[in-house]
Order: sequence, then structure tokens, then C-alpha cells
Amino acid sequence: MERSDRRLNIALGIGLAGLVLVPWYRIEAGFYGLSWLKNFPTGSAEAPGILQAFEFGRWNLALIALIFAVAIAARFLRVSALRSNLLIAAGGAGILFLVWQGLAIGYTGWSWTINETLFGPLADGQPSMGAGAGLTALALVLFFAFGLAERGVLRGDAFVVASITLLVFLVAIFVFYPVGSMFVGAFQSFDGSFDPSGFVRNIQDPSIWSLDCLVGGNRCGIAWRTFFLAVLTASGSTILGLCFALVATRTRFPFKKGLRLLTILPIITPPFVIGLALILLFGRAGVVTQQISHIFGVEPGRWLYGLTGIWIAQVLSFTPISFLVLIGVVEGVSPSMEEASQTLRADRWRTFWRISLPLMKPGLANAFLIGFIESMADFGNPLVLGGSHGVLSTEIFFAVVGSQNDPSRAAVLAIILLVFTLSAFLAQRLWLAGKSFATVTGKADSGAHIALPRSLSIGVHAIVIPWALFTLVVYGMILVGGFVRTWGLDNTLTFEHYQRAFSFAFENGAIAWTGVAWNSFWTTMEIALISAPLTAAVGLLTAYLIVRQRFFGRSVFEFALMMSFAIPGTVIGISYVMAYNLPPLEMTGTALILIACFVFRNMPVGVRGGVAAMSQLDKSLDEASLTLRATSFRTIRKVILPLLRPAIVAALVYSFVRAITSISAVIFLVSAQYNMATSYIVGLVENGEYGVAVAYSSMLIVVMIVIITGFQLLVGERRLRRENRVATAFVPAAVPQEKATP
Amino acid sequence: MNNRTGSVVFTNVKKQFGSFTAIHDLSLDIEPGTLVTLLGPSGCGKTTTLRMLAGLEHPTSGRILIGGKDVTMLPANERDVSMVFQSYALFPHMSVLENVAYGLESSGMKKSEARQRAEEGLTQVGLAGYGQRLPAELSGGQQQRVAVARALVLEPQVLLLDEPLSNLDARLRRRVRTEIRELQQRLGFTAVYVTHDQEEALAVSDRIIVMQDGVIAQQGSPRELYEAPASSFIADFIGEANVVPCEVLGNDGTEAIIRVARLEHRVPARSARPGPARIAVRPNAITLEAAEEAAFPGSIRHAAYLGDHVEYEVETEAGTLFVVDPAIDRNLAPATNVSIGFHHRGIAIINN
Repeated sequence: MERSDRRLNIALGIGLAGLVLVPWYRIEAGFYGLSWLKNFPTGSAEAPGILQAFEFGRWNLALIALIFAVAIAARFLRVSALRSNLLIAAGGAGILFLVWQGLAIGYTGWSWTINETLFGPLADGQPSMGAGAGLTALALVLFFAFGLAERGVLRGDAFVVASITLLVFLVAIFVFYPVGSMFVGAFQSFDGSFDPSGFVRNIQDPSIWSLDCLVGGNRCGIAWRTFFLAVLTASGSTILGLCFALVATRTRFPFKKGLRLLTILPIITPPFVIGLALILLFGRAGVVTQQISHIFGVEPGRWLYGLTGIWIAQVLSFTPISFLVLIGVVEGVSPSMEEASQTLRADRWRTFWRISLPLMKPGLANAFLIGFIESMADFGNPLVLGGSHGVLSTEIFFAVVGSQNDPSRAAVLAIILLVFTLSAFLAQRLWLAGKSFATVTGKADSGAHIALPRSLSIGVHAIVIPWALFTLVVYGMILVGGFVRTWGLDNTLTFEHYQRAFSFAFENGAIAWTGVAWNSFWTTMEIALISAPLTAAVGLLTAYLIVRQRFFGRSVFEFALMMSFAIPGTVIGISYVMAYNLPPLEMTGTALILIACFVFRNMPVGVRGGVAAMSQLDKSLDEASLTLRATSFRTIRKVILPLLRPAIVAALVYSFVRAITSISAVIFLVSAQYNMATSYIVGLVENGEYGVAVAYSSMLIVVMIVIITGFQLLVGERRLRRENRVATAFVPAAVPQEKATP
Repeated sequence: MNNRTGSVVFTNVKKQFGSFTAIHDLSLDIEPGTLVTLLGPSGCGKTTTLRMLAGLEHPTSGRILIGGKDVTMLPANERDVSMVFQSYALFPHMSVLENVAYGLESSGMKKSEARQRAEEGLTQVGLAGYGQRLPAELSGGQQQRVAVARALVLEPQVLLLDEPLSNLDARLRRRVRTEIRELQQRLGFTAVYVTHDQEEALAVSDRIIVMQDGVIAQQGSPRELYEAPASSFIADFIGEANVVPCEVLGNDGTEAIIRVARLEHRVPARSARPGPARIAVRPNAITLEAAEEAAFPGSIRHAAYLGDHVEYEVETEAGTLFVVDPAIDRNLAPATNVSIGFHHRGIAIINN
């Protein structure tokens, strides 16, 4: 059998299974519970698509069955232009119709009145799509892709065409559909009808846009406060990051290794932990506050709760990120430039100010924009420290969960936040693109970086050493905090918090997990372990397509993917809630929505790491494999993946860790059944149970370190020579910096 | 071993990358069992032609046939050709044996059988016993032979070689090209060989196809191209040549009489018509101490001593000539006056 027929058979099999073997609609009690088998296939809720169409009179599904029959007919034609056109038409029309009928017919009938006037009223609405609809959609996408492949698109490579089509389809469903729903949601009233009043009211709200802090002496609107905070945080973390980078690369500081370890911290730290530690230090009952009030007799203040506190927490959190970015920038300045400057009679001071610093400028701007986006998107620290002085991300949250319950306001705030972060992202991509002066030739540039001017060297040390010590104290607080009974009031050491969170007992020969944290802990592990390999797989596949394949719209494809990374978690959270609460897709409260959220939120990092690693693999390796009769799939499995191991480790570790530590999107999506560790900890903090919260946080950090090490041992190293000289150091930014190539 | 050797036919093949046309309307015909070289300067389209043959690029229009079968739309992994890459593209994480067996296993052969065939392939190129090494542990020449073995064990109808010698040093290059040619003649497979080095092309080919700006400039046996270049581009590209204007005085069908500067020469006719024309004069066909009656004057402008010969630039009334003189003892200094003469064996009339 020809390859083209074999793969088409598989697609037809999937589609037939979707139409005949499983329920078309979503099963209320859960598909994997298999309770639907009892009433299958005759129950009206459980019937497969084919019966829904002909037994229960859903003509919209009959049309899909008809389109499917066209594809079956095409299968028995010989490979020809007619066959490929039929497949493309069937797949494309099927998908479009499936999407249209899903959106147009809701629970109670037509969703839009225009259809009612066109086609007349419907007797019955339909529930959300289920397993059958999903499989059928997959089959339709595959028909479309295989049709294109038979036409010779992308050199007739069916695997590549199908991957691209599927990815576009998935990204459309899980990124663009929710964000679009959110925009629509801003213009809807509760019952879903068009109502711009909520949007108009909120977009003009002075509590968002007021500039009173500049002129009137009152507080500014929330949009401006968030903006100013982001600017200050970005400035602070960029300057500190530059100082750290200079110390780590241009001085003889004795603890450089230790400094570099700092860069791993923000990855394994849940985002609110810094805020929590600051409360333990400077809060009203904090150690420092208590000491100061004891010695100087000052009344303990609440200064920490507000923008000042958030700012300190964010600078602490994001300095390591900017440090990581700027190490590359500082090292990227070609030493020969500096040497040339010195031979031209410039002293070290002049060389630094006139040569080195200007060459770093684009890198600094980049670090600033990253800090800006991170600060805007930060949810954990403002939630813990903000009090009544919220920022956009927390305000969005309170607009849905609080007493306000105003989805339109949440949508408007989310749009404003999105506009800010996307502007920064666009600036980063368009304005900074091509402005880097760093040497990227890959050829060794001989010569050594010159040392800093003496006065500058003293200056950066004076900033770096205290700040590094401060960071150490903050992290120390997290580890110690779990062992102290009640901060400020009763500083005796205890295991009480750990017992409450993580106790277990042996009952009837089985372990009983009696601690309060276990439930959310196991859920977190399960979901993180499921989503990490998926994220890495999708991310690396995307990277392969972007680097290795030239297809129409590739740069748009890449741009859209990268852009999804600049969407703040809060915005993703609110848009998922708005999109997946009603038909055609209903996923809120399930584990699936959490997994989807993690996969599509963290994938861009896998893409970036994969792109960086794959660009270093000679393209002729893939081509050699192709001319040696291997399919693209075999090429990826046998040649590319084994050579990409460091990137795989990085992508796996990163997506795993992000699934554990993220809070902003998760807090919207958790349910009683699927609660995640971070949202549980935030709940503890809101109840004032700092001890247990800190104990749980430090436990998470330890677990992550253990699992990261495990991942690395599991995936192993590339073996390219007998004596393995290839360094496979784990680089925390998920951008493997492989220098040794054979 | 190889009875499956196949022909290659390109019919009106055109290839565009965006608005750039890499190949204009290319038609060519390669006979089974021959080694044909695609020769040309970089950017002439020779590699694109090879990649279209391999299936790594698909033509914008036109047809490609391998062994009589239309493969125009067939993806690379379903074509009966295999390729030796410029960088060799040996998989660095697999042993030499695994590399050679890779294609056989991809085609669905059992692992044990594939390994055995791979061993035979390695023996064929003189690398028996190297199977367990990693590519990085071999020398450049050995890596090159692994790449050839990896392509040959598949017994393709056509073997493609993309500048296979460019990563070897000059001394090794001469030896390996002889090996490749011997292997091709011994096993009798069809080979398409891309290079930009005219000496390499002359040394290994049955036929040479010279390409320029996406079209075929001339094709023929090495000797035809050298002795009867169709254009000044070919003349200069295949061995160096001085292109000198001349006057065709007469043509008796086998020989033509031409006048260059003030001298008359008899050269192979090549259907030259009376009137102004050009000739290509090989640098070693020019003498500097010609007899009075068959010479015109020149003056040395520049001289470079290169061990076994001396290269001169000589100012003459026919323009500046590039001369290769094997008489190293003569070693003329700049500004020396010389009398220039031509050996008529090194002269070819350029028709267009």
C-alpha cells in the first residue's frame, strides 16, 4: 500500500471512531469515568454523532457525516489532482462548518438572532462538544493536510503539513479563541447579548485613568499606577542586573559561581514567596519591624503593604532574570572593540563609557522591557502585598471573584493590561530587532575583556554585595519561617506547620495522607507531570517547523506564538474562564483546562530554546536522513531529538517548574476537585496562616530541585565522542548555550 | 553489484525562490552508468539542480525523470537516489556502522541484515573494522568515505555528490577523487557530481555540464570543453584563457586562417565565418622568445615565481596577456621587452 493511502486510512479510522464509537457531546459526569457506556449508543446524551444526526434529528451533524462521506469516496480514487482537491475541500469545509455550528447553536437554540430569522427557530439546542466531536475535528484537519501534501505542498511531506495544520488549529482554539472571547465579553451583558454600556462605563472609569497623583495629590488611576510601578521595577531590576553582570564578568569577585546560582532562583520560586518573606521581615509583626520598634520605640507601620512593598518584592524577584539576560549582553561586547579603544589612547573609564556601555544599550533596553512585562504580569506579589492598593492584574481577579462580579470590568481591565504588555513586546521585537551589537558570529574573538575602571568597580561591588546578602536573607526567611511557631509573637522553633501540611499515618496497612497540603500537592504534581512532556513536545515540534521548514506565513506563525508569551497570566486566566464556560467547548473545573493552559502558556519557551539549539544543527543532517529514505518523523526521532537533548531537558524542566510555580492564570482555573499548590498557599496567606504557607512553599522549592536533578539524569547527555567533552550544563533560561559542536 | 543504474532526464525545469529565478528552463539528459559533473561558479544553480534531483527542492515547473519514472512530485525519501553531502552530514551521535545502516533500516530492512550489508559497504570503501567508531574519531578523508559508503549501500539508481572534496586538503583531494572515479567505474553506477573546481571536473567526468546564471552554458566531454569552448566564459572557466580579438581571413572547412595582431595562424575551423572574432589562447601556449617572423613585441609588466613555472603579465598590442612559462631560469624582470608567439594547438576560435 502506498504511504499516501495508509496515512489516509488512519485519518478515516479516527474520524469514523469519532462519528460512531464515542459520544458526540460532552459527558457531564466525565468521559474517562466511562459511566456513559451504560446508555451508549441509544441515550440522547450519550449517542454518537451518526445517531445524533439521524435518530435525534440534528441535521447539522448529518451535514458533517455527509462531508465525511465525500472524504471516504476520495480515498478510493487514485492519487490525482481531483482526489487532493476533494480532500482539501472536505477537510476545510468540514472544519469551518463544525466551528460555525458549534458557535451558532448553544444550549437552548440559536446563539445569534440572525440565524433564527434565516433558518427559523430550532427545536432543541445542543450541549458542548465531546470526544466524538474532537476526534472528528482531528480527522477533518488531517484530510485537509493530507490533501495539501498530495498536491506537493512543502515537498509533499505529509508529516510536516499535518503538524503545521494541527498546530495552527490548536493555537487558534487555545490562544486566539479565548482572547477573542474576552474581547467579545467586554461588550456583552450577563445573558450574552450585545451591550456596550459595560465597556463604555469601565473604559472611562476615573479609578482606572485618573492622573491625580501628579496634579491633585490624590491617588492615580489603577492603569497609571501599574504602569509607573512597572517602569520603576524595570529600571531597578535592569540597573541591579547590570551591576551583577559586571561583577560576574569583569571583576575578580571571589564568589562568581554563587552569583550565577542566583539566576536559578526566580525559576524555582513561586511568585508570591518573596512577598511572603518580606512580610515576615518588614510586616507589622516582622522581625526587623519588631526589632526597630523595640530599640527606637517607633510604632510598627504598614508601609510595606502597597506599591513600595510590591516594588521591593518585584525588584528582588526580577533582578536575577535581568542578570541572566545581561550576562550574555556584557559578554557579547567584543573584547577587540575595547582593545581597539585602548590602543587609541582611551583610558579604561573612557573605554567603558564611550565603547562598552553604548554597545550594551540594546541589551539594556531589552532587559528593561522584559522587566516591564514581568512586573505588569506579576500577580503573586501584588496579591500578597497589595492590600487595597491593587494593580491591574489583581484588580482583574477581584472583578470576577469578589463581590463586584463584573465580567465586563474584568475584560476591560484585561484589555488595558494586554495593550501595555503587547506594546512592550512589540517594541522589543520590532524596534530592538537587528539593533544588537553583540558578536554573534560564533567565531572565537580573541582577546580579554578589560577590567572595570576602579571607581566603577567599587561602586558596583557596593551595590551588588548588600543586595545579594539581602536576597540571601529573604530566601533564608522562607526556609526558616516554616519552623517558627508564630512570627513576631512566639519565635519558638516547631515542626507544627510541617505536620499540619504534610502529616501522614499508616492505617490498615495503607498510607493515609492526613496533612492539609497533600491534596493540592498531588494534583499539582500530576498536572505538572502530564503537561511538561506535552509542552516540551509541542514546543520543540514548533521549533523544528520554524527553523527547518519554509512555509507560507511562517514568520506570522512564529510571531503569533511568541506574542502569546507576552499575554499576562491573568489575562489568559480570565479569557479561559470566559471562553470555556459555555458551549461549544466547556472545560472549566476540569484538569484538562489546567493542562491546556500550561501547554500553551509555556510552549514559547520550549520554542525559543528549541530554535536556539536547532539553529546550531547543520541542516544537511536532516537532508541526509531524508535522502536515506527516512520520513520526517523518523528524522526527528532518530537524528534531531538525540542531538537536542540539552534543549529537551531545559524545555521539560522549565515547563514542569512553571506548572508548579505559576499562579496568575491558575487561580482562575482551579476548582475544588483540582486545586493547585500555589492557589492553596495563597488561600493560606489570605487566612493569615503564614507558617503553613511558608512551610509548603519551601517544600515545593525542595521538591523542584530534586525533580530538576532527576530530569537531568533521566534524559542524559549527548554522546558525540568517546571522552565526552561536550558541556551540557543546565542553563536556567531554557536557552541551552551549547558551544561544543563536533 | 549494481544493475539498477538509471538515467536522469530534466525537461524544461524551472525553479523560483520567491521572485528570484534560480533555474531557467533547464533540460538535460544523463545516460546510465556515466559520471556527469555540474560545474559552474557559485550561484549558477548547480546545487539547486542537484537538490531538485534529490527531492530536497521541488521545481516550480517542468518534469524530472529518474530511470524513466516521473519523480517530479515525489518527496526525497521516496526517490531512488542518494547523496553525499558537502559537509558529509554524518550523524554525530551514531557509530560509523549505524550511520551506514541508517538508510537500509529506514527502507524497512531487518536490523541484522542491514548491519551486515553496512559492513560490506564499509569494506567496499576500505574501512572494514572502523564500524564501532564515532564519526568524530575519523580523519576527514575517512569521514568522506563513510559518507560515500552510506549512500552506496542503498544501491541507488543515481548517486549525487555535492562538492564532496571541498572539506579535504589539497593533497588528499587528488587521491580521493581518483578513488571516487575508480569506485564509480568498478561498480558502474550513474553519478551526478557538483563542483566549482574545473580541474576536479576535468579529472573525474565522462561529461561536464557547465552552468551559468541558471542555464546550461555548454556541455560535452572534458576534452571538447577545453579544446572547443563555446564562449569566452567557458574558455576562461575551464582552464584559464586569454581572450583576444582577431580577424578571420578564410575558412576551408577544416582549418581557418586568422590574424591576431600582425600574425597569421591556422587553427581548427569550428565553422568560423570571415570577419572580426575572438580566440581563446591558453597561458601555456604563449612563448616569449619567438622567432622574428612569427612574433609581435611585448613588454613584461609583472612577474611571479611559483617554483615550477613563472607567471607573467605581458603588455602587447593585443592587450595584456597572462603567460605561464615553464622556463624558470629565464625569470624575466619587469620592463623587459619580449617577442610574443602562439603555439597554434592552444588556440580556439570562440564562435559567439
